[in-house]
Amino acid sequence: MTAYIIRRLLMALVIIFLVTLVVFFAMRLLPGDPLIIFLGQQASQGTITQEHLETLRHEYGLDKPILVQYANWAYGILRGNLGTSIHYHEKVSMLMRERFPVTLHLGLMAFVIGNALGILLGMLAAIRRGTWVDTAATTFANIGITIFVPWLGLLLMYALGLKLELLPIAGYTSPLDNFWLSTKQVIMPVICLAITGLGFIARQTRSSMLEVIKQDYVRTAWSKGLRERTVILRHAVKNGLIPVITLLGIGIGLVFGGSILVETVFAIPGIGRLLVTSVFAQDYVVVQSGTLVIATIIILTNLIVDISYGWLDPRIRYG
Amino acid sequence: MPEKQSTVTGASEAPPIVSEWRRFQRVFFQRKLVMFGLVVLILLVFTAIFAPWLAPHNPYRGKMADSLSQPGNKYLLGTDIQGRDTLSRLIYGSRTALMVGFLSVGLAGIFGMALGIVAGYFGGFINTIIMRVMDALMGFPMLLLALLLASVLGSGIQNVIIALSFATLPGYTRFIHGLTLSVRENDYILAEEAMGASRARTMLRHILPNVFPPMIVLITLMLGNLILAEAGLSFLGIGIKPPGAAWGSMVADGYQYLLMNPVLSFAPGLTIMVVVFAFNMVGDGLRDALDPRLRGLL
Repeated sequence: MTAYIIRRLLMALVIIFLVTLVVFFAMRLLPGDPLIIFLGQQASQGTITQEHLETLRHEYGLDKPILVQYANWAYGILRGNLGTSIHYHEKVSMLMRERFPVTLHLGLMAFVIGNALGILLGMLAAIRRGTWVDTAATTFANIGITIFVPWLGLLLMYALGLKLELLPIAGYTSPLDNFWLSTKQVIMPVICLAITGLGFIARQTRSSMLEVIKQDYVRTAWSKGLRERTVILRHAVKNGLIPVITLLGIGIGLVFGGSILVETVFAIPGIGRLLVTSVFAQDYVVVQSGTLVIATIIILTNLIVDISYGWLDPRIRYG
Repeated sequence: MPEKQSTVTGASEAPPIVSEWRRFQRVFFQRKLVMFGLVVLILLVFTAIFAPWLAPHNPYRGKMADSLSQPGNKYLLGTDIQGRDTLSRLIYGSRTALMVGFLSVGLAGIFGMALGIVAGYFGGFINTIIMRVMDALMGFPMLLLALLLASVLGSGIQNVIIALSFATLPGYTRFIHGLTLSVRENDYILAEEAMGASRARTMLRHILPNVFPPMIVLITLMLGNLILAEAGLSFLGIGIKPPGAAWGSMVADGYQYLLMNPVLSFAPGLTIMVVVFAFNMVGDGLRDALDPRLRGLL
């Protein structure tokens, strides 16, 4: 098991290194000088001189060879220095510290709720296969993975916010400042963030539970005269949920990917919104570092998923 | 879709293949949801092709006097702020969705299949390089990677296609890689190699046909995902240039007029859902109908 963990850990490090290459060179090698684009408006107004441009270029280290730039950037990141935003004129680490808790707050809630409900729904569908429960749960799961999330946001906003006036239509308040208002504000965004993962988890749970329920040992459990609850919860679930674990890693990705859209719809100052704003402002420093942080979190989550998978299923570890 | 399938399954002369095609017909065509999906997709392709004849108004230029009309006789689904007919824009939007969907699936599918087969067949160093790069790309949420690439490449629909192809490439590569690993273990591959066949021949003539049917299932399911992702990007304002019609940007445009004219956002959003649902249902149907493990069960 230790050898397996070490192997996985090394692989994750290699992948994170490759991610830094992708992030860095995607931003630099593709057409467009970030500084020129950013200064474009000022330059057209004639307020910026060639000299000024050179100073700035030097300040951001953009005059050095690209490999040196990469080394400087990577060295900075290892020391926790994510750079200074061109657009916000603020340290990226400061921006992250402000924005990250917001995304984490919504994301964790969505992740927990989506997975819990998804597993429940999938199990119900599998246990009651072929009945109306199955049809309803499967249809709901399919709608969950096909719905256009911003549209769901607008529907909720229209119905609950504008027409019934039950919930505030947008914005974000920290639960530490005003818990009640904060909870009311996060309900709709959390539904939007959770729905896709919920659908995927429910589908996966249903199909892997169906697979397990067919097995001999489950039939033995039935023939021993055990109650349904015992057969399902003590015998079937343990193996039935193993394949579902792999989806948890993907779920983290869905939450971060979803936050880009959901935070835009509900005007929430989280990391997703920060990235969208920075992309449009051509703020390559923020885009670069923000993307790297998210990718690292996803890779580490997948590492944990892989390790627990190997721990739960010995066939993987020795395979 | 089914016609294409018949040539793949019907290519061999072994007797059980006939019943395999029958099973395919039975499983695929007898499900109501699959049929619903198929009908929606046929209508969608039809709409995209005949858009200029179907659209009741000019989708790009509206009458300012009719700005924000309510749904009615003249404009079935109302008009946006520039007086453009929502229905006509929906109809033209199907072209954007299908073009982005099919071209990115084609591009990423071909490259992903090639990389997956090469990585799986050669193994060793080549395998490590290809698969670790794919793992790195897999570390990004698809929409984030597409956003990143689309932002560096600049706006325009061809850049959206490139960005989405890159973002979906690791999915195909991993899938095909896994399949290739299991196909490679078959004795007929060993026999082929023993006869002295070149590696290229083995990969093209023996591995490719065997990984192709599952690939069709993946492609169908990916088409739905791509249409969602394209909608997401155009919702954020990346993609087709302003007068052009994309469903995602229509949802975003209607956002400000939610109270005055909710149909502006609701109609394109519903369209996206129905279309993606249709692709997924057809994909699920294909998967069940083609999955050899379900033989005898379905």
